[in-house]
Order: sequence, then structure tokens, then C-alpha cells
Amino acid sequence: MEKIRANLLMCAGTGCVASGTPKVKAALQEELQKRGLADEIKIVLTGCNGFCAEGPVMLVYPEGIFYQKLTVDEVPKLVEEHFLKGRPYEKLLYKEPEKKLSIPTMNDIPFFKHQVLRVLRNKGLIDPESLDEYIARDGYMAAAMALTQMTSADIIKCIKDSGIRGRGGAGFPTGLKWEFASKSQADQKYMLCNGDEGDPGAFMDRSVMEADPHSVIEGMIIGAKAIGASKGVIYVRAEYPLAVKRLQKAIDDCRERGLLGQNILGSDFSFDLEIYLGAGAFVCGEETALMRSIEGKRGMPRPRPPFPAHKGLWDKPSVLNNVETLAQIAPIILHGADWYKTLGTEKSTGTKVFALTGDIKNVGLVEVPMGIPLRTIIYDIGGGMKNKKKKFKAVQMGGPSGGCIPESLIDIPVTYEDVVKTGAIMGSGGMVVMDEDTCMVSTAKFFLEFTADESCGKCTPCRVGTRVMLDMLTDITEGLGKDGDIERLQDLSRDIIATSLCGLGQTAPNPILSTIRYFQDEYESHINEHWCKAGICRKLSSFSITEDLCKACGACLRACPQKAIVGEKKVPHRIIQELCIQCRTCYDSCKFGAIKIGPALRKDKKEPAGKV
Amino acid sequence: MARLTIDDLKKIKEKQKSTFALREGGYRAKITVHMGTCGIAAGARELMTALLDEIAQAKVEDVITTTSGCAGLCAREPMATVEIMNKPPVKYGDLNGDRIREIFKEHVLGGNPLEKYALVVGSETTY
Repeated sequence: MEKIRANLLMCAGTGCVASGTPKVKAALQEELQKRGLADEIKIVLTGCNGFCAEGPVMLVYPEGIFYQKLTVDEVPKLVEEHFLKGRPYEKLLYKEPEKKLSIPTMNDIPFFKHQVLRVLRNKGLIDPESLDEYIARDGYMAAAMALTQMTSADIIKCIKDSGIRGRGGAGFPTGLKWEFASKSQADQKYMLCNGDEGDPGAFMDRSVMEADPHSVIEGMIIGAKAIGASKGVIYVRAEYPLAVKRLQKAIDDCRERGLLGQNILGSDFSFDLEIYLGAGAFVCGEETALMRSIEGKRGMPRPRPPFPAHKGLWDKPSVLNNVETLAQIAPIILHGADWYKTLGTEKSTGTKVFALTGDIKNVGLVEVPMGIPLRTIIYDIGGGMKNKKKKFKAVQMGGPSGGCIPESLIDIPVTYEDVVKTGAIMGSGGMVVMDEDTCMVSTAKFFLEFTADESCGKCTPCRVGTRVMLDMLTDITEGLGKDGDIERLQDLSRDIIATSLCGLGQTAPNPILSTIRYFQDEYESHINEHWCKAGICRKLSSFSITEDLCKACGACLRACPQKAIVGEKKVPHRIIQELCIQCRTCYDSCKFGAIKIGPALRKDKKEPAGKV
Repeated sequence: MARLTIDDLKKIKEKQKSTFALREGGYRAKITVHMGTCGIAAGARELMTALLDEIAQAKVEDVITTTSGCAGLCAREPMATVEIMNKPPVKYGDLNGDRIREIFKEHVLGGNPLEKYALVVGSETTY
């Protein structure tokens, strides 16, 4: 390997990109190549330092020289002066402003520093209801390219080469999907968008549709051209009213301005689309169920094959892509497959959007390069636990189809392959962070309640199986767990996975399997010791005050809704067990960690809990 | 309205770009209120009302307000971004009507970013 003698840190912030970073970077690369310097001088794209008004800006290391207002025309001169003759190019040198701001820059704040926005490139920047503002940010330029300069095969090749995989969760290569559909012969084909975001805790797609509806439409136009579709449908759940409103406005504007309808942008390509409102059934996120739902039938999956690429909506070849996938098609076409692959890993290219929620400080929407360590997302971007005193326990990824990743695996890189190895799935991007006060059996139960509710009922293993598993989990959390329950849950899980038709049933047991895999001791303590160590399951916990730690501050005494705590100043407090309802309020109110969670007390005369 | 051609796209892009960069649009400052579902739920409309009121009271014509989607840091909503010509954008968080009025006076009219409410300066990495 050649020795790198200089690093050129070019700002890739929105401001600098808009004022020309990509063009200057390409010109620099070419000039360095021409002068034979390409091997020793490396160009690196970095985050914004707040010099947007002077952009594009570039920092040259190791000298630490700062250049501003770079233009393509100045590049040859700059390279000659600085890198051949070895003296700073005066003309573009940055001049220090008189007063420096003390507000942190993007690079100072981990939440912003680690993010790269491709899907969310217009996030918070444009007015989502303005077509002109979308166009100002390169909007519909990719569609123009695709419609006038590219064949269907060109588009498919570009998307295939980029390596982008479906962001809905399964990670099927998008280019391949398009290729299958493009090869199907039919008088009518459909380009569909899946906006039926249903995972608890996930809100990526909603945010994209709300903040940048045109990015989805542009992706659909390009996809439609690739597969030869003339009609499209965006399937959105009705409980996203703002997203629906903004999408509809975007569609209306596009029709009026000739970006949808006959002969788009004066080309010979015609495509129109409409919104279909879903009623919020989780199963309708499954592609065949979604298509049936659009047809006006009850949303239920059907066996595949035939795959939708051959027989989809109205039995015509159809492609269904996720919102997040479609939103990044335009930049791939515009900047090329190689650009897309500059981020991510070999098999998981590009970026992924995550919705961070739960016990985490920075609840929000983030976009990061694939392959970033999970730890960086949780601790740097997410800012760690909301309650600093609590320890991180696990992060749930992939919603009801996914699983929990425990603390011990927090250093894995976030890619499709690495996440699957943990028993979770990448999913659509919901990340629910849980601290040490979380009961993992209750967590599994929460997701099973969801899937048992949302099972469409077509396959018995899913319909009845999820119900049986939910009952078992409920028993365990109520002190009625039995020896062998864990094994029975695992057996049942395997059967449901093997015999269900669609993704819902095939993945519904994942939350159980993954919590058993990493937190079997918690299941065991629930079943054998009648002890929910997090103090969440009321029937399996008792609370007591450790005298040595109690400062007699009275916080718990005031917080207790049952008046079950007695004590006075300077005298350690005490909980009257007969009155305690295990609501956990005292535990949360104590600043000194004096409240201890113990196993259930057998306070009634009935058969001891759990003995069957 | 006329159907767009590719040339029109380029023209719109150039024209709008100047407004974005606040170069030739005739505006000196732009305030973006982030109005995704999270922002609205946290009270973004109150910011908008307060801003429009302040602009009317101050009788300034070179300041525009606009809305946009979620700024990403939902935990700190309502948020707003203030951009003054030839200065990097400044994002503010945890706002309310009174705070945005203060920001309007200090930063937009006075030209001095209000450090106590500012989250970050600069723009996000997008390429």
C-alpha cells in the first residue's frame, strides 16, 4: 500500500453539498489522478463544522489548512500550488471570523456526528408541501435521467450494482425484484409502495412520507419505468393522517405539473398513482395480503409462488417496495451505484434509518451507515439511557418479528447478516431500548399479545399457536408457570415457524425465542422462584426497604398510593406487606436504592402461588 | 399550470436554490419550524403563531417562515432552525411560544444566536 501523505477532509454537510462538494470532489479526484498524486492524497467526506456560508469547505491534514468556497475551476490551481509546490493556495484560504460561536457544531454532538442522511436528505430542510423546494434539492432530476437517458435494463443494472436491499425488513435485493417483474410479460403491471408501517415503536416510514413525500413518488416513477408499470398504488395506513395529506398534495402537484400522468417530463413514459388507505391491520404489511386488501378483499396472505413479480395485484406482475427503499432510489440513479456503496458493508450497502425509542435519552429518527456498531447507535447517537443510573439491558429490533439483543452483543456491526445471527432481525428499523428495570418475560408477552391480536386467522398454527403461547406467558408472569414451560414454548415456536404461511406467523415466536436465548434465567426465576427481579410482574415481586440504605427522606412514603409505608424522620421506613399492591412506585421514587425487589410473598391462605 | 420539461426542472432548481441559500431571494433570514407529527404534538403550531405575530409586529419583510418535517431529534421537539444570510443554520430545541419570540428578537433581528436554547450549528451530512 502506498503511504498517504495528506488527507483532504471535504465537508459533506447539506450546505456544502448544495454549493458543490460532489462536483469539486470529482474534479479534485480527477486532477490528483492526472498529476499522479491519487495514491498519496486521500479525499475523505466529513460532517459539518458550521462553515456552511463559506462552502464548499475542505480541511487539509496534516497541515490543518482550511480552504473555503472551492469551485471546480479553482481545483487545478489549488492542486498545483498546495500539493505540487507545497505552499498554501492563498486565494481560497479561510479567514478566521472575528467572533466565534460557542454553540456546538454537528461534529461536536454525537447525535449528529455519526449520521449520514441519504433517505432523510431533505429532512427538516424543505417544505414537504412544496414541489419546487423538492426540485431545488435535485428533485426529479433522477427521474428525468431515468426516463430520457436510461433503458429499463440500465436502471435495473444500476440498482442491482448498488446492492440496495429492501428496507421493509427481509432485505431482498431491490434490483433483483425489479428484474423479475420487468421480465414478466403482461398488458398491465403495477408499482406499489408499502407504507403500512406497523411495528410498535417504528416511525421511520411515517417521517419520510411526512417530511419528503416526493422522494417516494420519484422512486416509484423510476421503478415503474424499470419494470414497465403504468399504474401505482401507495398503501398507507389511515392512522397516518399527516402523511396521507402530504402525499396526496404531492401527487396532485405532480399531476398538475406533468410529473405523473401521460408523457412524464415530455418523455414517452406514462405513469399515474393513487393512495389506498389501509385500516391498520398488521398482516397487510405482508405483500400478498396488502395486494388482496387493495383489491377490496379481506387482507390475508396467500401461498407463494406465484410471486407478485409474476402474479400480484389483480393477478398482474407487481413490485412492492418499502417507503425507505423507494426514497433512496433517486440519489442512487443520480450519483451512481459506486457512490451508494461508499457507505455500508459488502453485503449491506448504504445507510439505514432507525427509530430510536424506549428508555433512551435521544428518542428520535436517525440514519446511519450500515455496519456501524450497535453501541455507537445506543450510546453516542442515542446518548445512552434516559435514566443515567440505570444500566442498559437489551435493545429490541425488528418489532414483533424480531428479537432482543442483549448487552453482551452490543458491539456487533449493524448489518442484515450480523443482526440475524443474534436472533433478532434488521426489520424495518424500530429500535426499542430497554434498561435494567425491564422484565424480559413481560416484553415477550407484550409482543405476543400484539401478534395474537394481529394474526389474520388463516393458518391454525399461527391463529391458535400464538394464543396458546400468550396464555403460557401470561401464566408465567402471574405465578402459574410450570416446569417444562420453557421447553414447551420452544417446541411450539418451532412448529409455528415451520407451518405458518406468511411472515407474521413465521416470525411471531422470535420475541420468545430470543428472550429465552439470552434471558432464560429470568424465565426460570419467574417459574421456580416466583420472582420477577425487575419488579414488573406484580404477582411475582415484593418490596422491602433496606434499613442501612434508607435515609428516611419520606419520598417513598409520600409516593405510595396505598399508604403502605410507615416511618418518621431519622427512622428507616418500613413497608406494610399486607397493604402493598406491588405497584413499584416506591422503588422508582427512592433516590438511594434502598428499596429491594424480592420474590412474591405468600400472604394469602390459598394454595401457594404457582403450585399446580 | 404548465407541464414541466427537464429544462424547467433545472430552472426551478436554480431559482429555488437562491432562496435556499438566501442569496438572491431578497430574504435576509429564514426560520423553519419542524412540523412532523412529533413536532406538532409537542406544540410546534404555537411557535408558528408566535413567529407570525412577531414578524407582523416588527414589520419586517425580509424574513420568511416555513414549515418542514421532523428534524430527527423528536425528544427535543418542538424545534426550529434559524438561518441568517451568509451564516450557518442554527437549530434550537425544547421551544415554546415565549422562547421563539426571544430567539426572533435576539437572533433574527439582532443577529446574535441565542446560545441558551441552541442545540447545534451547521448542517447535517447528506452525501
